[in-house]
Amino acid sequence: MNVERHLENASAERIEVDRVSKSFATKHRTVLALDSISLKISEGEFVCLVGVSGCGKSTLLNIIAGLEEPDSGRVLANGEPIAGPGRDRMVLFQEHALFPWLNVMGNVLFGLKLKPGLTDKERLEVAGYYLQLVGLEKLHHSNIHELSGGMKQRVALARALAPNPRVLLMDEPFAALDALTREQLYGDLQKIWQARRKTIVFVTHNVREAACLGDRVVLFSPNPGRIRKEFLVNLPRPRDINSVELAHYSTEITAAFKGFTPGEGREAAE
Amino acid sequence: MKGALISIVFFALLIAAWEFAARAGGVSQVMFPPPSSVAKYLWQSAADGTLESATLVTIKRLLVGYAVGLLLGIPLGLFTAKFKIFQDTVGVLALGMQALPSVCWVPLALGWFGQTEAAMLFVVIMGTLWSVIIATSDGVRSMPPIYLRAAKTMGSTGLHSWVRVILPASLPYLVGGMKQGWAFAWRSLMAAEIFVTILTGFGLGQLLHYGRELLAMDQVMGVMIILIALGLLADKLLFAPWERFLHRRWGTGTLK
Repeated sequence: MNVERHLENASAERIEVDRVSKSFATKHRTVLALDSISLKISEGEFVCLVGVSGCGKSTLLNIIAGLEEPDSGRVLANGEPIAGPGRDRMVLFQEHALFPWLNVMGNVLFGLKLKPGLTDKERLEVAGYYLQLVGLEKLHHSNIHELSGGMKQRVALARALAPNPRVLLMDEPFAALDALTREQLYGDLQKIWQARRKTIVFVTHNVREAACLGDRVVLFSPNPGRIRKEFLVNLPRPRDINSVELAHYSTEITAAFKGFTPGEGREAAE
Repeated sequence: MKGALISIVFFALLIAAWEFAARAGGVSQVMFPPPSSVAKYLWQSAADGTLESATLVTIKRLLVGYAVGLLLGIPLGLFTAKFKIFQDTVGVLALGMQALPSVCWVPLALGWFGQTEAAMLFVVIMGTLWSVIIATSDGVRSMPPIYLRAAKTMGSTGLHSWVRVILPASLPYLVGGMKQGWAFAWRSLMAAEIFVTILTGFGLGQLLHYGRELLAMDQVMGVMIILIALGLLADKLLFAPWERFLHRRWGTGTLK
C-alpha cells in the first residue's frame, strides 16, 4: 500500500561539509561566522553542534538546510552538492514556526501536500501517524495558540517528520521550553530517532543536552567560528539526562570549553 | 442571548425617549419628527418601491466598486511589499492618496465621467484602493520571516508561497485594511450621491438630498436609519466571519 511505502524509513543521508566559510558584514566590522569548516556526518548519525552564541553553529545548520549559501566551500548530501532547501532535509526551528492560520492537522499536512504521489486520504493517514508518534493524536483540530510550548514543538516535529526526510536539522528546538518539558522531549526524540532512523544535526548551547542526545558532540569556538574538538558519546540509549555517566561526559566537554574561552566558557556550560 | 436582550431594551428606550421628546413640543415636528413619522415614511416608501430601488442602486455601486478596489489593491499591495520599485512608486502614491479624504475625488470624477455610474464607481474605487494597498503591504512586511523559511524547507516556492503562506499570514492586516477601505468607500459614495443627481440611477444619497429639499425630515431620518442598518449588515456579512476566523485561529480578541 502507498501509505506504508511512504512510512518506510527513508534511507538516511550522508552529509559532507567541505571547507565552508561564511562571514557577515555588520556596520562596524565583518564577522567570520564559519572559518573553513569541514565535517563528515554519516548516515543515521545523531550529531550535536555545541558552542556559545555567535560561533556559527546555526549558520552551518542553515547552510546544510539550503537556506543560506556559503561564501566558499560546499556541502554535499550523499555526494550531491546542496543547491537550496529540499524536502529530504527538514528543519526544526527554535521558534516553533507553526502557521497560526492552520490548525494542528493543517500544519502537519502543509509539507505533505507539497509531496507528490499521495492521495489526500493517504496524506491524512500519514499526518495522523506522525501526530500519534509525537503523542498528540487527540489534538488534530486544535488551534496552535491553544497548545503549550512543548506541544507546539511536538507538532513542529511531526510536521518536519511527515514528508519523511532523510535528514532532520534542529536549531535549538528546546531552548525556549521549561526544564521538565525538555526532559520529556529528550526521551521522546531518542525514541522517535530510533524508530525513524534519520540523520540528525542538532544545534544547542546546552552541553548536557548535547551529551544526552548525540552520538557525537562537535564543539565550536567563536570569532572566527571553528570546530575545536569532537567527542564521541558511548552510552546506551535511551539516555537519561540526569545520569552520572552523562555528567561525566558533559564535565569533559565543559572543561574543553573553558580551555579555549576562559571568559565565556562558564556561561556556555551552565 | 443576554447581550441581545440588553441591546433590544436599550434601543426600545432610545426610541421611546425620542418619540416623547418630539411630541413634547418646543421644536417643530417637521424639523424633529417622532420615530412614528419616520416609520410611516419608511413603510410608505417601501410600499411604493422607492426605498428598495434606491437601496439596490446604492449597494450595487458600492459592491462593484469595492470589489474592483480589492482586486486591484491586494495584488498592488503584494507587489509593493515585494518589489522595491513598487514600494518607491505605488507605495508612496498610496500613502499620499490615503491621506486625501475620498470625497475630494467627487468633483474630479464628475468632471471626467459626467453624471454617470462610471463617476460613482471611480469614487468608490479611489476610496477603497489606497488603504487596501497599504494594509496589504504592511501585512506582508510584518510577517515573521520564519514562516517563509519554514515553508521553503517543506518545498513551498513562488506562487504557492504567496497564496498559502504570505497571504494567510497577513490576514489580520488584510481584514483591517478591507474594513477601512469599506468605510472610506461607503462615505465617499454617500457624499457623491448627496451632492450630485446621477442620471443613471437614484440612490439612497439622493433620497437624503431630496428629503432636505422637500423639508421632509422624516425622509432624511428614515434614510439615515437605513444607512446605519446597511452598515451593520455589511459588518456582519462581510467582515464578522473573517474576524471570527482570525480570533479563533490566532487566539486574539479574548480580552474581556
